[in-house]
Amino acid sequence: MTPGTIDQIFVISKHWLLGYVPAMLQPVVSAILSVAPVLVVFPLLFAITTVLERKGLGRIQNRYGPNRVGPFGFSQPIADGIKSLTKEDIVPRSADQVVHFLAPLLLVLAAFLAYAVLPIGRNMVIVNLNAGVLFFFAVGSMVELAVFMAGWSSRSKYSLLGAMRAVAQMISYEIPLVLASIVIIMASGSLSTVAIVNLQSGYTSIWPHWFLFTPWGFAGFILFMIAATAESNRSPFDLPEGESEIIAGYYIEYSGFKFALFFLGEYLGMFATSGLAITLFLGGWSAPFSFLTWIPSYLWFFAKLLVIICAFIWVRGTFPRLRMDQLMGLAWKFMLPMALLNIFTAGVWHFMPAGIARWLLCSALLLAPCLLLSRGLKQGRKLQVRTYRFAE
Amino acid sequence: MTVVFLILAALTIAGAAAAMSLRSAIHCILALTLGLVGLAALFLQLGAQFVGFTQILVYVGAVAILAVFAIMMTHRASAPAEPILSASWLTGAIVAVAVFAVLAWAIHSTPALTPASLPQPEASVNQIGAALMHRFVLPLEIIGLLLTVALIGAVIVAMPEKQDTL
Repeated sequence: MTPGTIDQIFVISKHWLLGYVPAMLQPVVSAILSVAPVLVVFPLLFAITTVLERKGLGRIQNRYGPNRVGPFGFSQPIADGIKSLTKEDIVPRSADQVVHFLAPLLLVLAAFLAYAVLPIGRNMVIVNLNAGVLFFFAVGSMVELAVFMAGWSSRSKYSLLGAMRAVAQMISYEIPLVLASIVIIMASGSLSTVAIVNLQSGYTSIWPHWFLFTPWGFAGFILFMIAATAESNRSPFDLPEGESEIIAGYYIEYSGFKFALFFLGEYLGMFATSGLAITLFLGGWSAPFSFLTWIPSYLWFFAKLLVIICAFIWVRGTFPRLRMDQLMGLAWKFMLPMALLNIFTAGVWHFMPAGIARWLLCSALLLAPCLLLSRGLKQGRKLQVRTYRFAE
Repeated sequence: MTVVFLILAALTIAGAAAAMSLRSAIHCILALTLGLVGLAALFLQLGAQFVGFTQILVYVGAVAILAVFAIMMTHRASAPAEPILSASWLTGAIVAVAVFAVLAWAIHSTPALTPASLPQPEASVNQIGAALMHRFVLPLEIIGLLLTVALIGAVIVAMPEKQDTL
């Protein structure tokens, strides 16, 4: 088999399978054959990530992490799954039964819908929409509604507080998230995720044409990843589920498999946003060097995804949680101005002739305000390393 | 009229009807959201991707969230005791029927409905973008400026006052 065949093996086998189906059923079967792998692969990735995360966090915190079930504890997700399936499903008596039931379903549904426009390999996308990026953000906004429904319907003050925190945080960070991706749409002139990846799949000698390797692309990627961390309610932005204050936030009144669904939805949302970051900034399925193009495109996508997941775990293990006012201050006073400035810089980059001058000017346009802004925000505050009397 | 259209229409109407008749305000907003999603799906079925996704982004992502947030902060969670139908429901019904009749008449008598004058409009995202950037560029820029000013204004409102000692 040639590398091209291996690269397209899933596409080829799908067409081969479709050949056995009567013409009338072909659209339905084609849709099922495209959707089913996503429904299998990403929850499986979720299972792997939970164990990776627990082991990684354990190592960071100087302990072992799960190591009892299966080889090196890697069968832990199976045990967890059986546990959550067999647990009793407790619904609070005063809860709003219908909304309480629908919230986890809507969350997982919205998280899965986002995968429809992610190209996970060459010719491997469920639907190539003209307005793919717009679709992604549209279904992403449904997650907020699900979180609110969960928090409100539980009729518990901790749930409600958690939901209010989560919704406020998601709304605030959605603005830098969208503004950071606008530079890519400006540069590529398309809202279609497939077109954006195709535009980045070329090479100059061995170096790829990823948008990451431009000043505005780099700044956009950093802004996007910070906003994505906040959007998926992960540490250091995990106030909505701050254990020490509101126990588990908006899903505190959920138990059994519904609780597991919330976890699934949260991780699926994280993978989807990371997938969009890969699509927009890291060249999607394209290889990082021109001499590595023989490795199948879908492997590159998942390799990049795993790298981002590891970065997420690392960040979670090493950063302390932000306070609510710090969280909002970061979004509105730092990330929003920087994202707006980044859009301006992308415009300047577009109209300047290619060369070293363009690089220097655009980098300066981003770096200088970044430094000035962080200096200005730091004024009048005493920042110092906290000293512990007993813990050290 | 296809099956898909019938399902979506039923969904939209059911959402809208529930939004009017449910007791709890939060339930009403959730039902309204269902109606708006149904409407967005109808746009998608007509091939208007941009309008459909924008409908979801704006109405579900922003308007519904704003409404539930406002209610969550101000309103009691329990449903009000008074009946759902107000005393003047008859007047309301007459006004609604009259408005519907005028709209139906206007739509029915429009020349665009005659099959001969339907060139199947192709409203792709590219064309919408081109129209916004060429013909409607001035209104777009003004709106963009206005929104940016509002955004910066919101940040300034949220900033602590100078006299405050932190």
